[in-house]
Amino acid sequence: MKILVCIKQVPGTTAVEVDEKTGTLKREGVESKMNLFDLYAIEQALILKKQYGGTVDVITMGPDQARAVLMEALYMGADRGILISDRALAGADVLATSYTLAQGIQWSGEYDLILCGKQTTDGDTAQVGPETAEFLGMEHVSNVLKVLKVEEGSLEVLENQENEVRRLQLPLPCLLTMEKDANTPRLPSYKRKLEMGDRGVEVISLKDFKDKDTSHYGANGSPTRVERIFPPEKNTARQMYEGEPKDLAASLGQLLKERKFI
Amino acid sequence: MNERTLSQGQISALKQMIPEERIRVGGQIGEDYSHDELGGVFGYPEVLIQVMSTEEISEIMKYAYEQEIPVVVRGAGTGLVGAAVAVEGGIMLETTRMNHILELDEENLTVTVEPGVLLMELAQYAEEHGFLYPPDPGEKSATIGGNISTNAGGMRAVKYGVTRDYVRGLTVVLPDGTVVELGGKIVKNSSGYSLKDLIIGSEGTLGIITRAILKLVPLPEKSVSLLVPYPEMETAIAAVPKIIQLKAAPTAIEFMEREVILFAEDYLGKKFPDTDSAAYLLLTFDGNSMDQVESEYEKVAKYCLDHGAVDVYIVDTPERKEAVWSARGAFLEAIKASTTEMDECDVVVPRNHVADFIRYTHELAGQFDIRIPSFGHAGDGNLHVYICQDELGENEWKEKLSALFDAMYARAEEYGGAVSGEHGIGFAKREYLRRQVGETQIELMRGIKKAFDPKGLLNPGKVID
Repeated sequence: MKILVCIKQVPGTTAVEVDEKTGTLKREGVESKMNLFDLYAIEQALILKKQYGGTVDVITMGPDQARAVLMEALYMGADRGILISDRALAGADVLATSYTLAQGIQWSGEYDLILCGKQTTDGDTAQVGPETAEFLGMEHVSNVLKVLKVEEGSLEVLENQENEVRRLQLPLPCLLTMEKDANTPRLPSYKRKLEMGDRGVEVISLKDFKDKDTSHYGANGSPTRVERIFPPEKNTARQMYEGEPKDLAASLGQLLKERKFI
Repeated sequence: MNERTLSQGQISALKQMIPEERIRVGGQIGEDYSHDELGGVFGYPEVLIQVMSTEEISEIMKYAYEQEIPVVVRGAGTGLVGAAVAVEGGIMLETTRMNHILELDEENLTVTVEPGVLLMELAQYAEEHGFLYPPDPGEKSATIGGNISTNAGGMRAVKYGVTRDYVRGLTVVLPDGTVVELGGKIVKNSSGYSLKDLIIGSEGTLGIITRAILKLVPLPEKSVSLLVPYPEMETAIAAVPKIIQLKAAPTAIEFMEREVILFAEDYLGKKFPDTDSAAYLLLTFDGNSMDQVESEYEKVAKYCLDHGAVDVYIVDTPERKEAVWSARGAFLEAIKASTTEMDECDVVVPRNHVADFIRYTHELAGQFDIRIPSFGHAGDGNLHVYICQDELGENEWKEKLSALFDAMYARAEEYGGAVSGEHGIGFAKREYLRRQVGETQIELMRGIKKAFDPKGLLNPGKVID
């Protein structure tokens, strides 16, 4: 079984400042790490590799420093990393990112299964996985808790629908995005790190893609623009009430009525 | 065992001193207050008082001393040797409402706390202010007062030492109600006998801790743990003295067996990142830059790989640390949930005998046909060995337990070890302490007890008879 996992490097903390002028995150000097959700996708891929044999490739798009998350995936047990890196790709929105990934995946090879985290912890759109599948013409399911089994030409998954869990069958090839806490991701192996050194990552750029038209990529290929992004206003005003539970409940009721919440 | 029952008059007098909502008498006292976390030692206090201040405790003690009423102090009740159980009845003072952090002194690097502050609250408070309070016992819901009373050191003892090393000053109410200040914010002190250090680890038998000044260190900015799987426990533990020799200064070296990890998985309903191997070491390194931490752990990682480790896994993000350390934190509860009843042996041996001692517990488990899971602090030689009753009948269990304890404490002594590394002696382990330290030391301890508590009213029947 040939499996590919799409991963992303994100800021290592939630306390990232927003550049109000450009509407982008200030990533300079901020530590980065692998998107949490992608770890569940890698773990699911490695479980399937153990059960059914095959290979696990990982792909990401980003500057050269994004190589670090590919290496981390390799130390966890992935076989090959692909870094799509090109200045022309900067400023991509969901559509351009998905298109770029689809082009990179087509360069990389044919896969039976593509796995993604269901969303990233920085962009939070949860759209890149499904859109990539659409560009590749693949069936796709989001919020997957587990791949139950793989049979000739199809697989069965559990999909989390908040109020219910659905058991679904999909034809291969397909793309799945993995739910949070779907599994316990394995840890990166220092032994593999020693064995692999910094080998195992191939770097590609726009010139390797089938579609080399720069207007389809980066800011040029992005129909959406972030008009304004700003940290939410913080309101720290508070009023303390003290007294008997009965009186407190009455005060709370009164307040909620005044503010027209009830 | 209630020889000295309180009279109605005495109960009324106490009720005069304490507001109604903080005093409970007889049948109003919940079952929880009759035992500690491990059970095995039982006894109800006759009066339970939730104390609020040094002055209040002093007032109660003056009265109790005059009336010769026994008094037991209790924190969160997470002890494991019956130290906070009122085996002779009397008054129980519960400190959990004295849970305020009073002062952070950034110039002297100290934090002043009331005894009922929980370890997890203290740890969080320190971290939020950019400091580390290094002692880190597994039971995070214990109170700091109880923790100082046992001198439990926890997981970072390898690098940072134990609780005693972080207690700068104590406010203590003596059995007759006198309030004394021992130590203070001073770093050095060569002024007479260190009474502060006598109170630390005295399990509530000498005085009542009502305030503590604790030392903090700057919070290391980076930390990474290594989870190192081994094909068997002995290779894992044999590596520990060698790792120490590498001078890499890990903050913690814990050992764990697959069986115990699987219990924790069941207990938490969460998978551990790796359970393919029979035994694991878990090491932590901290420092102020990733380069420094990496250069330290790489030395150790390479050594482990060259000496029998299956692999070395890197635990570097908050999520990974949570996955690994939450399991480690749940071991005691997880083993407890796996059996009907259990008792524990908290011996400490020199580091280079840990492997021998664990091998010995495995031999005993076979010989006695009983389950003896264990985990513990391989880096400081403190082991937590649990003897599980499972399906054994009560009599057979008691017999085996007694024989096993005898054997284990005897072996620990041969290795130059001690009865308790951090849980204390309390009620349950008095006989083993006596055997280990001998009559001369017990007599010295009796003399100290007498100097503090001539009427023998504070936590009677504990540590020494």
